[in-house]
Amino acid sequence: MAAFKNSLRLRAALLSLLIFAAIVGLWQIATQPVAGSGTAAVDPEYAKLVGVAAATGSKSAMPTPADVGATLWKHLLDPFYIRGSNDKGIGIQLAYSLGRVLLGFALAALVAVPLGFLIGMSPLVYRALDPFIQVLKPVSPLAWMPLALYTIKDSAISSIFVIFICSVWPMLINTAFGVAGVRKEWLNVSRTLEVGPFRTAFKVILPAAAPTIMTGMRISVGIAWLVIVAAEMLVGGTGIGYFVWNEWNNLSIANIITAILLIGLVGLVLDQVLAWLAKLVTYPE
Amino acid sequence: MFRDPFDPKSLLAPRCSCGGAHAEADHTRLTAEAMPTAAAIPAGEEAQWNRVVDAAVLRAVFPVDAQRRLFLRTVGASTAMAAISSVLPLGVAREAFAQGGAPEKKDLKVGFIPITCATPIIMAHPMGFYSKHGLNVEVVKTAGWAVIRDKSLAKEYDASHMLSPMPLAISLGVGSNPVPWTMPAIENINGQAITLAVKHKDKRDPKDWKGFKFAVPFDYSMHNYLLRYYVAEHGLDPDKDISIRSVPPPEMVANLRADNIDGFLGPDPFNQRAVYDGVGFIHLLTKELWDGHPCCAFTVSKEFAGQNPNAYRALLKAIIEATAFASKAENRKEIAKAIAPTNYLNQPETVLEQILTGTYADGLGNVKKDPKRIDFDPFPWNQFAIWILTQMKRWGQLKADVDYAKVAADVFLATDTANMMKEMGLTPPDPSKKTIVVMGKTFDPSKPQAYIDSFAIKRT
Repeated sequence: MAAFKNSLRLRAALLSLLIFAAIVGLWQIATQPVAGSGTAAVDPEYAKLVGVAAATGSKSAMPTPADVGATLWKHLLDPFYIRGSNDKGIGIQLAYSLGRVLLGFALAALVAVPLGFLIGMSPLVYRALDPFIQVLKPVSPLAWMPLALYTIKDSAISSIFVIFICSVWPMLINTAFGVAGVRKEWLNVSRTLEVGPFRTAFKVILPAAAPTIMTGMRISVGIAWLVIVAAEMLVGGTGIGYFVWNEWNNLSIANIITAILLIGLVGLVLDQVLAWLAKLVTYPE
Repeated sequence: MFRDPFDPKSLLAPRCSCGGAHAEADHTRLTAEAMPTAAAIPAGEEAQWNRVVDAAVLRAVFPVDAQRRLFLRTVGASTAMAAISSVLPLGVAREAFAQGGAPEKKDLKVGFIPITCATPIIMAHPMGFYSKHGLNVEVVKTAGWAVIRDKSLAKEYDASHMLSPMPLAISLGVGSNPVPWTMPAIENINGQAITLAVKHKDKRDPKDWKGFKFAVPFDYSMHNYLLRYYVAEHGLDPDKDISIRSVPPPEMVANLRADNIDGFLGPDPFNQRAVYDGVGFIHLLTKELWDGHPCCAFTVSKEFAGQNPNAYRALLKAIIEATAFASKAENRKEIAKAIAPTNYLNQPETVLEQILTGTYADGLGNVKKDPKRIDFDPFPWNQFAIWILTQMKRWGQLKADVDYAKVAADVFLATDTANMMKEMGLTPPDPSKKTIVVMGKTFDPSKPQAYIDSFAIKRT
């Protein structure tokens, strides 16, 4: 059994590698500069003034995998430089984004978990708040940005607010769901033993609902990481979203792909950390 | 700027209505004589400032005019100053003043959009124009015009780069809450272009443009007004025959590549960048529509200028100096190098060099030369503002009636700039002498309504 499991893992890894190689290979073929195509007799003085793509007539602006690899390596070699307020290393940019996400996320948790408890425990509150939640939940967090900038009058706090507003809903709903779904037998037992409401909440409901709450948090942090990039592209200043925007300004696809890879990796790490935390609070029945 | 306090003979009262220290009757004679007396004022910026400081100290020591005159008459001006400086540290006072009268706020944030229009604002940082005036300025790259407006209104920026119609729109409350905003200096004149996708290289006549989708950077921009003006002159209604949408400049090239738009009237470097990337060609420079049109502006809120007069003056001086430096053709290559890095424009140096030197590839295989493709001139002519207001009105952005001349004078601070230029030893132009000719049609700023009425295509 163990041997099969190992071999499955091995085969999966092999397949992953194969897919990766295929993607890179296709990419390389697609972006290979086509030799001799459209070298429309451009005079050398003109050719000096335009980019390679315009001079040779090939329209592709996509970098080759090697270009992206080189760019990625350059960023990884020196991730923490500061060359002026608009040019900071990619490590610093990621740190800014992570900081914003964690702050917004923590604030959202502070609001969503107690409120979710209340909603889950009281059908009255649930029914009263439900219409608000249903209307506000599907709003794209970025739609809040102009309103936030206008009212809060601070772009840094505005982007944290946007993270807050996008991560609050999954946590709120999952907490309410988890709390409402605590097994009736357990509540009945605690009632029989005449446990006070607070003690019930902390000793019975919280442990029982914890896995569901953690799932909500895991969804939230994923959304928050998605949103921060867009929010920073909008507001600018610092962060990985600003980095992407700044390189978009320069139409530098290699840098943008590098940023995409790093954003994906950080998102993966965030997700894994919360998955691990969820495992910690789950008790086998 | 001050009456000469060293002259014991000048009259005390009554004052002339011009504010000068002479009787009403003497006005003509004295103003005629003013030219030779001006020569007596020491030449050079530093010497002038020293004179101003000395005058202030002299006035402080003898607050009563009659006493000061008696003292001066008895001992003479130079002996008087020598006597005073033996008691008072005049040198220190002069030095304190030369440093811009100590700015109230040294650490300033100035927002900019990464386009070549912002050249003076940006280059003043790496080339040391801000620090020369005792300021520690951080130039902050910003993502778009709406964001720079909101960040400025939120006081995150002390001053910012805006499109020249924006301070007018903000002051009038068009597209935002009304906040008194001022524009003490224009950044650049000319420097924009209409870029079309390469596939349209045979459609050079705007009459063939029906159904085209165009991008401009912002609704309240010279780009929008010039594009509308241009197509309307060729008989197309900009709201019906073509569509114009507001797209942030960096997205223009990407949209052009994706065939999402047919062309744009946008700021450089993105016109040249479209050529560099083989996506578009330059149909015409906006200079060909209106030679010397304003584009971007250096703006501050009225509140900031009022609360921090010294910082405001220092900042404005740095900007005027940088603009003067940028207007010289021989400095352009050096500037292109200074503003190309990631921290500023983040563009290939050759693209910026083509824009700033005016020797450029047009995207159709020709190398064109036009040294005035972009130029820099800080003077905020009120006539510019009136023209912009007429276009706001013409296209229905401005519904209410406005006092054109008053709004123009309130926002475009021509007098401030002229004074500042004089202090710096530059010659300001005569604010009343500006002819505006757009596509061969002369604009008379004294008759704005008649100008609007003269157009066939309008939204009024």
